[in-house]
Amino acid sequence: MKYVSEYRDAATVQTLAQRIAAAVTRPWVLMEVCGGQTHAIVKHGLDRLLPASLELIHGPGCPVCVTPQGVIDQALEIAAEKDVIFCSFGDMLRVPGSRTDLLAVKAQGGDVRMVYSPLDALELARIHPHQQVVFFSVGFETTAPTTAMAVRQAEAEGIDNFSLLVSHVRVPPALEALLAAPDNRVQGFLAAGHVCAVMGYWEYEPITAAHNVPIVVTGFEPVDVLRGVLGCVEQLEQGRGEVENCYGRAVKRDGNAVAQQLLGQIFEPVDMAWRGMGVIPAGGMALRGDYRRFDAAERFRLGAAPADEAGQCRSGDVLTGRIKPHQCPAFGKDCTPEHPLGATMVSSEGACAAYFRYRRDAA
Amino acid sequence: MSQSDKTFSAACPLPIGQYPHAVMAHGGGGRLMQQLLELLVRPALDNPWLEQRHDSAVLDCGGTRLAFTTDAYVVKPLQFPGGDIGKLAACGTLNDLAMSGAKPLFLSAALVIEEGFPFDTLRTVLDSLNAAVKAAGAAVVTGDTKVVENGKGDGLYITTSGIGLVEHGLSIGPAAIRPGDAVLVSGDIGRHGVAILSARESLGFATTVESDCADLSGLVGELIAAGIEIRCLRDLTRGGLASAVLELARDAKLDMELIEGAVPVCEEVRAACEILGYDPLYVANEGRMVLFVPQEQAEATLGLLRGHPLGRDAARIGSVIQAGAGRVSLRNAYGGQRILDLLSGEQLPRIC
Repeated sequence: MKYVSEYRDAATVQTLAQRIAAAVTRPWVLMEVCGGQTHAIVKHGLDRLLPASLELIHGPGCPVCVTPQGVIDQALEIAAEKDVIFCSFGDMLRVPGSRTDLLAVKAQGGDVRMVYSPLDALELARIHPHQQVVFFSVGFETTAPTTAMAVRQAEAEGIDNFSLLVSHVRVPPALEALLAAPDNRVQGFLAAGHVCAVMGYWEYEPITAAHNVPIVVTGFEPVDVLRGVLGCVEQLEQGRGEVENCYGRAVKRDGNAVAQQLLGQIFEPVDMAWRGMGVIPAGGMALRGDYRRFDAAERFRLGAAPADEAGQCRSGDVLTGRIKPHQCPAFGKDCTPEHPLGATMVSSEGACAAYFRYRRDAA
Repeated sequence: MSQSDKTFSAACPLPIGQYPHAVMAHGGGGRLMQQLLELLVRPALDNPWLEQRHDSAVLDCGGTRLAFTTDAYVVKPLQFPGGDIGKLAACGTLNDLAMSGAKPLFLSAALVIEEGFPFDTLRTVLDSLNAAVKAAGAAVVTGDTKVVENGKGDGLYITTSGIGLVEHGLSIGPAAIRPGDAVLVSGDIGRHGVAILSARESLGFATTVESDCADLSGLVGELIAAGIEIRCLRDLTRGGLASAVLELARDAKLDMELIEGAVPVCEEVRAACEILGYDPLYVANEGRMVLFVPQEQAEATLGLLRGHPLGRDAARIGSVIQAGAGRVSLRNAYGGQRILDLLSGEQLPRIC
């Protein structure tokens, strides 16, 4: 398959692994930001091809994992309402709130539907004018432009039975937060290529300048991931900390201007709680100005999402790279995909799910 | 951002406990379905024939060995590229009989029809069911019809049962698998799941993939007639190849290894799975089977399979390693190895 198979080529992977091994002269700690990259690494065993002194830690780049439990509870509350069609991406339906999950609400009669796009939810609003259609919109800068498009379309057509429970998050503030943490171990980042396809990588330049940390834009196939690792290692070995693009087939410095303009029109940056990481300044997006009338939390008078309660799950430590999933005492014992303690286990992009699925023998 | 310890405090929900009611994943062929069978269904219906843990029960009736099976068919849409619910209901039950190496004789068909369902569609579906059954040399000899209220039936559900004659002396089933056996698959995987997905209007992407929906009983009959000492067969349905092999490994208490690159997947299925974030190993099939044969018969079996239209893309995909806990590992092209596991829920499209 063109554009895929060449990036999974075994000989290229092995050559890159050898080049990385030759480049590494001392221990380094890199974080892949995106859950998709974590899965690629664990599924293909890429970390096992790397020198032992090069540690890959898994970052907070899974929108399902970082959505706070309080927001999930808000979703469950709306979904249980009469005359509501509640829609979201498939992954969100299994994430536990404090008592239950959306699939269980559906099993008990709630009209909960999996959609592939917020535009599908808007279509449901068109054909069910007497019901409130709510889209649970989560995701990074990758999914937010489509949500913005749905809002603009709803406004243009005067569709007033459509609203959004918004929990969109922004990547650059999270990197800042990780670097600013007192016990930060991250020395270089593999940035998520799909986020950069939308936003470009100009946003990372102030971060690399302030912290002298390499940020390498990286794709998701084995060859892409290893190219990103090599780029990071070469910079670290040379004492450089710059933004580098190893995903040139999809990413340009300025990104997608149309998508960015749309995002700016509909959303504004706000301080946002990330599950396991607390409130990150400018770490999220909220509907801007007049578009707030599409906010489901306001429409259903939910008020602020309750603060997360501390539990025995250590997914906050996993999301911030302090521990690997299998180092959590509950991993694979009290915490499994059937009975997850946290979203990192339930989400298909979550690091704990990746370890459970591909690497349970590491525990 | 605050730099206090509290900034990064872990904050996760308490366990939600076991579901007290059925969710969709209980029918998805993964771990939740296994739990439902093991914790609720098997204990309620416990008997030695169920313990054969095979697609059909082989029953000794006065010296004659009969295979007996039943299955309910629920599919949306009812007509899809490469088949419809009628063909599916016929082939599914014929295949369950074939997995015991049985020659299909008689089937039943019970129809649950939703009020308002058009008779034209019903006629088409029944014609399609009957054509598949007749082609296998069998007949639908009994049935039932119920009508449920509008909105309560998804159009049409069909349950078929089948009886087949076991004319060979082999004991085909999980208990017959031995360390060293070769693991084969009869063709490329994932076509049925992708065809169904592409036919669902909510997805809206076009693909030329047709379901692999087909009756395997003729092909199995040829293998037996050629003297292949089949140890075990399993048709790949919900949960795909991975779930079938995992189930067999667990039931046989044998560890197995599959070679990822050896598993045939056509380009269109691979592309659709890439887009959706699905693993083809877990995507549904309706006309493919995994076969366990003695190592020394692997090549002969492949030759026979590839000479048949339904086995053209057959491949050897792995081996049975040793007695164990039923662990299945997958070896990739980079020399790495990972565990293969049952899905925890349904496969869901990725977010980003």
